[in-house]
Amino acid sequence: MIYKETGQYKSSYKSDHAIFPLLQDKIAFSTLMFIAFLIIPFVINSYWEKAILVPFLIFSLAAIGLNILTGYCGQVSLGTGGFMAVGAFSTYKIMTYFPDMNIMIIILISGLITAAVGIIFGLPSLRIKGFYLAVATLASQFFLVWLFNKVPWFYNYSDTGQITVSERTMFGVPVTGAEAPSYATYLFCLVLVVVLSFAAKNLIRSKMGRSWMAIRDMDIAAEIIGVPPLKTKLSAFAISSFYIGVAGALYFAVFLGAIEVTESFDIMTISFPVLFMIIIGGLGSMLGSFLGAAFVVTLPIGLKFLMVDMVGLSAVTAKHFEITIWGLLMIIFLIVEPHGLARLWSIAKEKLRRWPFPY
Amino acid sequence: MSIELLNFIETVLNGLMSGVMYSLVALGFVLIFKASGVFNFAQGVFALFAALTLVGYQTGQVPFAHLINELFGTNYHNWYASMPNFFAILLTMVTMIALAWIIERLVLKHLVNQDPIILFMATIGLAFALEGVGDLMWGSDVKVLDVGIPSGGSIWLEEATIGLAAEGSDYYGMYVDVLNIWATVIAVILVVSLALFSQYTKTGRALRAVADDHQAALSVGISLRSIWILVWAISGFIAMVAGIMWGTESGVQFSLSLIALKALPVLILGGFTSIPGAIIGGLMIGVGEKLAEIYIGGYFETGAIENWFAYVMALVFLLFRPQGLFGDKIIERV
Repeated sequence: MIYKETGQYKSSYKSDHAIFPLLQDKIAFSTLMFIAFLIIPFVINSYWEKAILVPFLIFSLAAIGLNILTGYCGQVSLGTGGFMAVGAFSTYKIMTYFPDMNIMIIILISGLITAAVGIIFGLPSLRIKGFYLAVATLASQFFLVWLFNKVPWFYNYSDTGQITVSERTMFGVPVTGAEAPSYATYLFCLVLVVVLSFAAKNLIRSKMGRSWMAIRDMDIAAEIIGVPPLKTKLSAFAISSFYIGVAGALYFAVFLGAIEVTESFDIMTISFPVLFMIIIGGLGSMLGSFLGAAFVVTLPIGLKFLMVDMVGLSAVTAKHFEITIWGLLMIIFLIVEPHGLARLWSIAKEKLRRWPFPY
Repeated sequence: MSIELLNFIETVLNGLMSGVMYSLVALGFVLIFKASGVFNFAQGVFALFAALTLVGYQTGQVPFAHLINELFGTNYHNWYASMPNFFAILLTMVTMIALAWIIERLVLKHLVNQDPIILFMATIGLAFALEGVGDLMWGSDVKVLDVGIPSGGSIWLEEATIGLAAEGSDYYGMYVDVLNIWATVIAVILVVSLALFSQYTKTGRALRAVADDHQAALSVGISLRSIWILVWAISGFIAMVAGIMWGTESGVQFSLSLIALKALPVLILGGFTSIPGAIIGGLMIGVGEKLAEIYIGGYFETGAIENWFAYVMALVFLLFRPQGLFGDKIIERV
């Protein structure tokens, strides 16, 4: 009764094709956007910005990227960390060569560069599939991280091998660097995330998205009905890498400010967590990317609070516990709900539709 | 013989030896993949866990000592000073078998008929959980593992080869680590006994039947679950051997679990389903890596290309044979 569809007629193609066809969804989405744009910027403080909101936004972008490739096109990738590093280092290099360029443009160009790199590393996907491909994408992870670590040109020959962001402004307010106010970094990420997720949602509903899904479900059958595998797979790699590259650029420029490539873009700190996000959230679901990112970002904070502050374990033991609980949670999740949080949400919607009647 | 040639031979020899170490890890992957279709990412952590447990038993550490001490304010550390190697290894084997049983009971049983990618993710979860448990049980400090395998350069080989070079040249003989020679011997014994086991025993035949066809094996009365436990226990055992070898060489610490990442290119090169593939793939990667480090690595001023070289080498192979060198032929129908 709460989530009632009856009586909502679609009388035009436009309303039939709307992203949120139901009134309830529209209201929920508008409320969310209202809170995100008009309330949070006024109440946000540095802790919420650095610990929860900005990482959540950045990782949801990365999760959307990986979901396009793995969830929609069916190509498993473990190279997310490497591609995020490409985004970060492109931003750094463009920043040093064009000091006056707007930061938004720099980040989008970094995304495009990552897309080009993604196409190159996507080429093997035409020949190999499944686990072989997953392992092959690890090659890109190791190669790219090695490249940024060992070729001094990428970090401007600095002694530490670190890259550090310089201050850039947007409408006169700094969004990168140490001086940037919390609301500015948050809004900057939020705008990018909202715009890019709308773009992704629409791409997935377009011809391109449908051919990705055809390839995912059965590539030979898709080829026979006229979906070109080369174009489809490479476009998935390109667009997915674009999103991941933008996420990497934000991760470096807005979130961390200074990074060391082997630490920040390691397979254990980026590639696997982002893969968990889309699996816990739901493969092939936009909502799932956000839910998964929220879950992965907030869980360590919650666990740390519980174990260090409440029970009083030392930080090292708590860290070990955290790893264990992580692993166990993943297994439990996969056993209980292999389709992820997004599936739980759709079950909940189904329940709400019939409430208070059982069927 | 010229010094260049001798150096080349030495490099190849060392490559073969380190290849054996990769093969040891890859072998565990292949066994599990063949029998249960699970791509077990936790194999490297298995090796770490086994090595940690072995050291723990050897030195008589109290499991979960840190946790207990922190929670209750006690001060437990050791039960006894030391335990003979033989018993410690035996106990570790028992632990690995128990672990296999627990994994089958708690994880695999509930994931039958899921997508391979879901199972793969579950083993990543397993890797995390096991790593955490290992650290909680035995502490995360770097430990020294010594089960009496000699290590260091082989003096015999050095003296035998020093005469091969031309008179008066600056040649000091070949350097080969004795530990690696032992690893090779043990690996050969392991592979031969595995082959004999699967060829001539009843359980071994059942094992091969399951690897061939799950449903057919079920229909002739083979219990899938006991076979799975067995296979996981065997790869736990192999992981223990790998853990001992790698642990003796570089100490028991977290980085030990990363040998799984070293073994992955071996797998795609040899094919996921072939035991000979794992061995030959391991040898090829080992040799290729060492040769590349010396002959190609020099062109990059920064060196250390062995992180990714194996992957690129495996990729190049894959472009010509998508199923790996010895993998099952991929047949696709609509």
